[in-house]
Formats: sequence, C-alpha cells, structure tokens
Amino acid sequence: MADLAAPVLDVRGLKTVFHTRAGEVHAVNSVSFSLRPGEVLGVVGESGSGKSVTMMSLLGLLPSPPADVRGGQVLLGGRDLLKISPKELQSVRGAKVGFVFQDPMTSLNPVFTVGNQIMEPLRKHMGMTKAQAADRAVELLELVGIPDARRRLKSYPHQFSGGMRQRVMIAIALACDPDVLIADEPTTALDVTIQAQILELVKELRQKLGMAIIWITHDLGVIAAIADRVMVMYGGQVAEHAPVKELFANPQHPYTRALLRTIPSISGEREARLQVIEGQPPMLTAEPASCPFRARCIHSLDRCAHENPGRHGVDGKPLGTGHDVACFWSPDLMAEGEDA
Amino acid sequence: MLDAGAQPLVQVTDLKMYFPIHTGLLRRHTGDVKAVDGVSFSINTGETLGLVGESGCGKSTVGRALLRLYEPTAGKVVIDGQDVATLTPEALRKKRPTMQMVFQDPQASLNPRMTVADIIGEPLQEHANLDEQGRLRRIYELMDQVGLNRSFANRYPYAFSGGQRQRIGIARALALNPKFIVCDEPIAALDVSIQAQVVNLLEDLQNRLGLTYLFISHDLSMVRHIADRVAVMYLGRIAELSPRDALYARPLHPYAEALLSAVNEPDPNRARRQRIILKGDVPSPANPPKGCNFCTRCPKVFDLCRQVKPDLVQVEPGRFVACHLYTNSNAGPTGTQAPISDNQQGVSQ
Ligand SMILES: Nc1ncnc2c1ncn2[C@@H]1O[C@H](COP(=O)(O)OP(=O)(O)OP(=O)(O)O)[C@@H](O)[C@H]1O
Ligand SMILES: Nc1ncnc2c1ncn2[C@@H]1O[C@H](COP(=O)(O)OP(=O)(O)OP(=O)(O)O)[C@@H](O)[C@H]1O
Ligand SMILES: [Mg+2]
Ligand SMILES: [Mg+2]
Repeated sequence: MADLAAPVLDVRGLKTVFHTRAGEVHAVNSVSFSLRPGEVLGVVGESGSGKSVTMMSLLGLLPSPPADVRGGQVLLGGRDLLKISPKELQSVRGAKVGFVFQDPMTSLNPVFTVGNQIMEPLRKHMGMTKAQAADRAVELLELVGIPDARRRLKSYPHQFSGGMRQRVMIAIALACDPDVLIADEPTTALDVTIQAQILELVKELRQKLGMAIIWITHDLGVIAAIADRVMVMYGGQVAEHAPVKELFANPQHPYTRALLRTIPSISGEREARLQVIEGQPPMLTAEPASCPFRARCIHSLDRCAHENPGRHGVDGKPLGTGHDVACFWSPDLMAEGEDA
Repeated sequence: MLDAGAQPLVQVTDLKMYFPIHTGLLRRHTGDVKAVDGVSFSINTGETLGLVGESGCGKSTVGRALLRLYEPTAGKVVIDGQDVATLTPEALRKKRPTMQMVFQDPQASLNPRMTVADIIGEPLQEHANLDEQGRLRRIYELMDQVGLNRSFANRYPYAFSGGQRQRIGIARALALNPKFIVCDEPIAALDVSIQAQVVNLLEDLQNRLGLTYLFISHDLSMVRHIADRVAVMYLGRIAELSPRDALYARPLHPYAEALLSAVNEPDPNRARRQRIILKGDVPSPANPPKGCNFCTRCPKVFDLCRQVKPDLVQVEPGRFVACHLYTNSNAGPTGTQAPISDNQQGVSQ
C-alpha cells in the first residue's frame, strides 16, 4: 500500500507573504501536505486561493522581494528545500522535480525554438550530446501528442496553438524523469481527447517510474479521473483534504460543497442558469484570525468570526492521511435539524 | 431563442487560412500549415455557435480570420451583409466596432500600465465621437453592465481577480455596441464559480442586447450549457455541425463521438460512458492525409475514406456531417444527400 511508504515530499506549515505598496498579502498560511511515491495529489480551489504561490514557494521560484517565505519546512529526500543553497535548489528543480507552469506563453522563451528549450535541461542535467538530446526531445514531443515532431523542433512558441504550447511545457517537465512532477493547470488549454492522452501518459509514468504528482486544476472531472487524494484550498489555507472518492461522496467544508454544485454536467439535466458562489474572496491583508470563507458561507456560526478553524480529522485517521476539514460546522449539524 | 425566421448574421464560405512554411538558408516557401482548410458555417442573429475540437485543429485561427485579425488565404466571411475578408482597410476600420473578440487570457490581453477606465475607454477614444464626460459616462455604464463596481475605475488590472479581469475584457469588447463577439476560450483560466459568473453574464447580455456569439471552448459541458448549435472541427475542417441537444444525445461523426466519450465526469463515484480511445498517427496540418482528414485515426474507416475527402452534407434536418458513413449507401446509414450551400445551412432549425 502506498499509505505505508515514506513520503517523497513533506511540506509542513508553509507560510508566504508578499510585501506590496498597499501592505502585506498573506497568500499562503500554514499549508501542510505530503506526497508518497507513485501518488497523485489533486489540488483545487478558488482563483487566488494560493495554489500556485504554495508550489512556487516550495521550489524557491518566487522573487524575493516581494515574496517572503516566512515559515515552514519542505522536505524532499530528507533535505529541507527552504534551507539549501540556490545552486543546490536549481539542480533539484531540473532533475528531481519537474514543474509545469500555469501560463505556457510567459514561461516559454519567445526567442528560442521549442526544440532548444526541451533540449536544454537534457544537456544540462542528463549530460546528453546535442544529437542525443534532439532524439529524446522528438520522443518527448511524440509522447505528448505533437505530430510531425522532428520538424516542429525548429518552430517558435508563437507558431504553436495554445494547447500545443502547454504540451511542450509538459514535455520539458518530464524530460529528466523527475521523482516529483508539479503540474499547475497543465491541461486547461487542451481538448478532452488530448487531455485523456496526457492523463494516461501520467498514470503510466507514475506506475513505471513511481513518479509522484501534484496536479493543480479547477477541472473536477480531471481530479476525479486521476487523483488519489484531493486538497481543497481557500483563502491561502487548506480547507479540506480527503481521498478522492470520499471527497466527492462526502464533502464536509461548505466551500467544497458549493464548489461541487457549480459544475455543469455533460449528462444529466441542462440547467437554465449556472450556480455561482456569491460574494468576493478575502483580501488576505493580515493572517486570518477568523475563517476566511465566513462572509460567503451559508452555514457560518458565531464562532467562525472569532477563531480560524484548524484542520481536524473526520474519520479518525492522522491528519494528512485520511479525511480532514478546517471548519466548525459539519453536515451532521444539518441532519440534526438546521435548515439546509 | 431561435425562431424560424432567424437570419444569418455571419456567413462563412470555404474559409482557408494557410501559414507558409519557409525552410533552408534562403527561407524558400516549401509548404503551408493548413490551419483552416475550407470551413463553411453560418450563425444566426442572437444565436451562439459553439466551436470545439482537438487542440491545434484551427479554432482560434477561425476566430481570428473571421474578424480579420489574420488575412484569410481564401474564402468569404460575410458579417451583417459585408464581406469582411475583402474590405479595404478604411472600410474595415469602420466595421471593427461591430465585431469584437474576448481573448482567452485576460491577463495577457490587458495592458498592465493602464487603469480599468482607460482599458475600457480605449476603443471609445478611437471609434466613438464622445467628449471626455460622455466617455466617462459610457465607461461607467459598461462597468455596471458587467457587474464591476464603479469605484474600481482607477485601479490597475493586477488588483483584480481572474473573473473580474475577464469582465474588464468583456466590457471593453462591448464598448462599441458590437453585434458579433468571438469568445476564444473565455473561461479556460477561471475557477468553476467564476466560469459560471462569466457565462451567466454572457447569456444575460445576449438576452438583453441580442448579441451573436462564436464560443470557442474545449469545455464540452459548458458548450452544452451555452451553445444553440455546435461545430466540431478536426484538422482544419468541420467534421460535424449539429443542434446542441442532438449532438450530445447522439453524435454522428466518429470524431465527434470519440470527443464526447472522452469527457471526464466530475465524480469518481459515477459510472462513465465507454471511452473511445483514438489510436493511430495524429496528422500534421502541414501534411494532411489524402481523403478524409480523420482516416488515420477513425475506428470506422473504410477504403473510400482514404481516397476521397467527404463534403459536409446535411444528413438529417439541421445536422451536417462530413463522413462517408452517411453518404455512401454501401457502407452505412444514409441520409438525405444535400450538399451544403450558403443559404441552406444554419437557417434550417
Ligand atoms: N507578486 C504578488 N504581489 C502581491 N500579491 C500576490 C503576488 N502574487 C500573488 N499574489 C496574491 O497571492 C494570492 C494567491 O495567488 P495564487 O496565484 O497562488 O492563486 P491561485 O490559487 O493559483 O489562483 P488561480 O486559480 O487563479 O491560478 C492571490 O490573492 C494573489 O493576488
Ligand atoms: N502564426 C502561425 N504560424 C504558423 N503556424 C501557426 C500559426 N498560428 C497557428 N499555427 C498553426 O495552426 C494550427 C491551428 O492553430 P490554432 O491556434 O488555430 O489551434 P486551436 O484549435 O485554437 O488550438 P488550441 O485548442 O490548442 O488553442 C496549429 O497547427 C498551429 O501550429
Ligand atoms: Mg494559479
Ligand atoms: Mg486556440
């Protein structure tokens, strides 16, 4: 069982603040999670909830200033990534951890060919010759479904469609067979058939190489298809964390419950109007002393205004291994007579 | 929404958009990427046509060529009675206000150094004859329309959430009272709640102002929600064009069938439809296969498909399919074989 293996990546109490002219932005507050070999952790949450900043923080990818990674530990293979030198961190990033950025257009360099950009890490971290790297680059592009790959090595990013650029990013992240793949909205620009192909590829890599994967997406269909566990973020915190089937069958946090109601279905009744979660996300100008979802929550209690609920288990398992939620309310209260 | 008397606002006939390939030291023209290769469809006034299909199949290129952000290689694009593809630069400038685009990435399409008021007001400055005060009034009106607080007018884009930024883009697209808007993946980067907000807004505006949309998206559940009819593209051509409900209930073209079967149900506890996994080489638009574009991957391929390119023909009332299964009487179900013509398609609902 994957459950018993030691984690490849263990993140504890991560905290990141941005310094801006208008004051501090507390983007990530005490985020903890871990990842075992061959496991897929899905990360979902509202836009601005801190998903990208969490991952960028743990890989030291945020420029400082304005970012200030203020606390926490990021253990990868026994080393704390927040403590090692920039040079060591760089080799970890290229070889041990692959990263797919959210926006492929700003992370691909417009003045270099696509081939050039895939071959660079191969030559740098794997010591390949130019010819070897080119062959491997063709192979990688074919793996992510780019036709006519050898000719396409000479193309520039602007000559690729949005989804093709995204697949190039995936190819680069996979180039050095990393232990951990962190993919930030890697398939938003892809149609479902190619998405399915990429998901199959990822499942295969995880089985063959034991690659562990963090998959950030707002597409709950993708989460349902590939994740083992899911972490739901809201307002810079972990709102809920559970095995995937459990999360969909038995969501506890009012934000998760609202989120699951907003998706239109491909089968089922076609609704006249889509549901939305009313209200605005929190400003995060200080460390939240109350529940960040309180203002939009249909179940909020008095207590929610005075205390920030910590994560507590709902199934008796240790935190981070089973189902836990950061909320004072619980669906059981509803069963006991509160109006739904 | 669609009545029998609806008139096409947009009529596209045999649109082609090729990007030249130059190779060698002399940069000789050695071929073309046939991004869009003979596409015809029409969109009625007040209608939403969904455009879906594989990544790289030419959806964005269709959208851009329609608004002449690219110079089309061939074909006609008649919007509200004028062929946009051949308008003179001056006539095109006059026409611009009536046709707009909402771009996929709100972040990249908004100038970070301009305030929201400047961004929304920019097209007004160029095309509308308004004094400073009139311009400001119109900016506020637009902000109200898309549900942006007026007090945000002097903020810069970075201070907005993804969904708010997308609304800034929509307000700008609406500034000059367009009749037709191309929405290119307008919701791909947004979380589901904000997606729902933006889609509700687009629908409200359509109901109120009678707007006509081309809605490009890979999100088939959302397309099912918003579109009246849907065009499924494959490698630069339309494979199927059908009314929404008919398509989702029973896709006719084998590619449309495979595409719909691949949608992930957003619940791991629910049984999914049998997924059709496509095998075979994905051809390149620089070198499309002989015969049907889909013949290298089609699970139902037969000899004819590798020789003759199927035309898009009407096989059931309102349903157009480019597939020999439906036109070759030996090989499968037959329908009425009416070749597509300019005025037949689109008004047939
Ligand atoms: N350079 C910065 N300065 C100030 N605030 C920032 C900066 N970068 C990010 N933030 C803020 O940090 C918060 C978290 O942002 P993050 O990009 O992690 O969100 P996300 O969950 O990835 O959202 P999305 O789904 O839209 O990608 C947001 O409120 C954002 O405004
Ligand atoms: N400026 C260009 N030069 C050369 N080829 C191009 C150019 N723009 C697009 N193409 C090619 O045209 C084809 C269609 O691209 P397009 O952007 O229209 O695809 P799309 O259907 O919008 O895909 P996606 O869903 O990934 O956005 C692709 O093969 C792409 O590489
Ligand atoms: Mg993000
Ligand atoms: Mg596109």
